Amino acid sequence: MKTNLTFEFNVNKANNTVEVKREFMANLALTWEAWTNPEILDLWWAPKPYKTLTKSMDFREGGTWLYQMYNTLSENQQECHWCKNDYTTIVHQSMFAGYDAFCDEQGNTNNEMPRTKWINSFSQTGDKTLVSIVAQYERLEDLEKIIAMGFKEGFTMALNNLDEYFESLNS
Amino acid sequence: MQPISFINSISMRRDIFQAIADPTRRAIIALIALKAMTPNAIAENFNTTRQAISKHLKILVECELVRQNQQGREIYYSLEIEKMKEIDKWLEQYRMIWENRFNQLDEILEKLKNKNNED
Repeated sequence: MKTNLTFEFNVNKANNTVEVKREFMANLALTWEAWTNPEILDLWWAPKPYKTLTKSMDFREGGTWLYQMYNTLSENQQECHWCKNDYTTIVHQSMFAGYDAFCDEQGNTNNEMPRTKWINSFSQTGDKTLVSIVAQYERLEDLEKIIAMGFKEGFTMALNNLDEYFESLNS
Repeated sequence: MQPISFINSISMRRDIFQAIADPTRRAIIALIALKAMTPNAIAENFNTTRQAISKHLKILVECELVRQNQQGREIYYSLEIEKMKEIDKWLEQYRMIWENRFNQLDEILEKLKNKNNED
């Protein structure tokens, strides 16, 4: 059931940032938990048909979340890629910031791929919590690289939606 | 999806994003999407100088989002639809990744709330 939950998505070319705002129908504590507890993150972080599997999580400043992303539709079990989030700043139930990266199973950063710097902020109003994400890229085309790398198998749902979207452009 | 092919066009992509970053340019794009127009005709739709519009048009042409056609003594500006679709495709994919994640999170939060209520 969808209520009027805010969802804003803006790309700012002037400073190479993507700003996302999304309201959730939950209190701050629960929302914070969902974004920082790996057991819960594994349930929603990867958009279908991908899934996330945490290898290790150390949610503190200087700590890292290491996880793999794999395509559940793919027959090749080897086809997964490893990602990590390095946490630089954490203010409990208020914000956390850091860098993400593509890496290997040991968490060694893949220096050929761009890293994104991001800041996630949380605020509650009434019975809803607003999460604001600011993702900073060195160059906007890094975005394309990240999308292509992460979802090179094709993004089934997105492709279906894209067809509809292009049709709407033509009408 | 072909990861290799986009690398060749990365230098153009950067300029395209610059083209759409400005709200006036986005409005110009929307106007000429319907039909090709002269600079004067375009400028009539805005509360800004003809010169400012010309600057925007120059950027759009440099980004290859808009092309110029001479017809008689007039220059007409028209939209390169295929280029627009390319940008939109990437941005739309990225937006949908987030949208899908959040829809999944909505469901998880509902389950967690119900579980908390039962405890």
